[in-house]
Amino acid sequence: MTSMRARLLLILLLTTGAVWLSAAAWIYWSTQARVEQVLDARLREAARMVDSLITDHRIEIASAADPIEELDIETMTDEAFSHQLSCQIWSLAGTLVGRSEAAPHERLASSDDGFSQTTIDGQTWRVFTVLNPDRGVQVMVGDNLQVRRSLVNDVMTGTLLPMTLVLPIAGLLIWLSVQRGMRPLDRMASLLGQRHANDLRPVDLPDAPGELRPALDAINGLFGRVAGARDREKSFTAFAAHELKTPLAGLKTQAQIALASNDPEIRRHALEQIAGGVDRSSRLVRQLLDLAAADANVERETVTSANPAAIARDAVQTVATFAARRNVSVEMLCVPEDQVACDRVLATTALRNILENAILHSPVAGSVRLTFTVGDREIRFNVTDAGPGMSKDDLAHARERFYRGANRDEAGSGLGLAIVETIMRRVGGRLMFFNLEGGGFSATLQFPKA
Amino acid sequence: MRILIVEDDPILLDGLTVGLKLAGFSPDAVSTCAAADEALHVSDYEAVVLDIMLPDGSGIDLLARRRRERDVTPILLLTARDQVGDRIAGLDAGADDYLGKPFDLDELAARLRAIQRRGSGRARATLCWQDVVLDPATLSVTRDDKPVGLTRREFTILRLLMERPGAVIARTALEEAIYGWQEGVESNAVEVHIHNLRAKLGSGVVQTVRGIGYRVGGEQP
Repeated sequence: MTSMRARLLLILLLTTGAVWLSAAAWIYWSTQARVEQVLDARLREAARMVDSLITDHRIEIASAADPIEELDIETMTDEAFSHQLSCQIWSLAGTLVGRSEAAPHERLASSDDGFSQTTIDGQTWRVFTVLNPDRGVQVMVGDNLQVRRSLVNDVMTGTLLPMTLVLPIAGLLIWLSVQRGMRPLDRMASLLGQRHANDLRPVDLPDAPGELRPALDAINGLFGRVAGARDREKSFTAFAAHELKTPLAGLKTQAQIALASNDPEIRRHALEQIAGGVDRSSRLVRQLLDLAAADANVERETVTSANPAAIARDAVQTVATFAARRNVSVEMLCVPEDQVACDRVLATTALRNILENAILHSPVAGSVRLTFTVGDREIRFNVTDAGPGMSKDDLAHARERFYRGANRDEAGSGLGLAIVETIMRRVGGRLMFFNLEGGGFSATLQFPKA
Repeated sequence: MRILIVEDDPILLDGLTVGLKLAGFSPDAVSTCAAADEALHVSDYEAVVLDIMLPDGSGIDLLARRRRERDVTPILLLTARDQVGDRIAGLDAGADDYLGKPFDLDELAARLRAIQRRGSGRARATLCWQDVVLDPATLSVTRDDKPVGLTRREFTILRLLMERPGAVIARTALEEAIYGWQEGVESNAVEVHIHNLRAKLGSGVVQTVRGIGYRVGGEQP
């Protein structure tokens, strides 16, 4: 069942109904037993009373079987239930000595003593018999069971009718309580329903009951995460737009200058700027593609291993022209034999970005060193340069996408370390960097060992 | 026309500086909010070209700060963020115009001339005084419908003087308008340019107000 309200209503109605039914049944059986008991006691008493009257000779036993007018037992009962009790007096020889007006002529009891039940002319009688051996008679007092049953039914109706009338009221009260109990849920639903798709502020329900809190907290937590992801997406898009469009604007402007100017000096300068701008833009595009590759679906990846020597050779080779242009040398020392547990292309991309940064920040004619440390479970690639290092602020933010330090350089896009961080996190490794004591900067890639 | 360019991309900054100089402007270039603030405090510019994403802050914040300080220098925002929402935010922060990257250099120059024109309360694109007509867009001057050839600095001086005929412009103001930071000023440079202007236009156009400066038009001395 999908509706909580309907389910709750059904459960409450069913349990209430079941309790009501068992109570009614219990009342029915116990009332019936009690009434039977009381009526039986009355039968017995009446029979004994007649018996004692006979013993005391208050009643002369007539020779004929005429109704004993004096024996006015009927008046002992309610008007509504008159003619309920019937009395017969039999001689031991088997003749009817006397009977009350409503009593039949047939013998009422089948037994000689105590309770018994007989059917006469389709009517069932409950009879108590007292044997009086002194006077040689049997006194029988009986109840017509039909009358008895209507008495029991009257009692039952008196008890169960009000209970039955209360049932719809109880149902209505249950329905109202369920409605009221569900109100916080309804309020939350309407609050969420009214929201604009872009509204990711936390849902505020100050008087929410404790049971709703976990759900509310979960929803608000989700809203927070979605908002965070959306903000990151937004700022990434804004940064990417800026970083891609600005160099294009520069290229276009320089091209227009080269076209418009007749001065060969100005034209040459503009063309140089265009060449530099294209280099920078292509590096940015390559880095965006690297980032996309590092971000790509993780499930496609199978755990592979790669040789550090191959990674280092590939990476150093790709930065060789760049290093030569800046007159920076790259030294590689003690390459280990162990394998790293990482895709070779990703590892090379990470190392290349670290090397590029080092070359970029090295003083002219300086050198960048690539060394290795082999641990029990990991292999570290350490890249050090003699550059100025990073400020405290830059160290804290360097891994953010499009973050460029305060003294930004022309070639940086602010993506390099973000790419490395993404790759290292994906392969289960780490990126660490710090300023060296006495100048210089060190960056370490820690790969898991294969 | 002296303008300030605030842009952090070196190639674009270089392009803007060279390109706008070719279009007849006298540009100064800075690449941070802090440097822009300083330049705006020190010098008077007829317009500012402002990038939004700068290394030390947002161009929008700089713009809002200048407007709070009652600086009415026309400002053109130049940015990669050119969605409608960004443009509205920029214009509402007090920008006079908005241009998305990449842009056309000629369009940028035209828009700069337009916001400068609006700033000086003028609707016509050309400046006229008697039979002298100056067109800032084509950097051309005619007298009696005959073209007059002027150098860039002579043109700038004449444009400033013709902006408000009759008003006297101080010599130092003219000096500041024709030289950027990088260019050295010779002590009698303005006098030399005025002399040349008189030679090319005839002596009646530019007048000297002794001890104060120069003007176009007004009462004859």
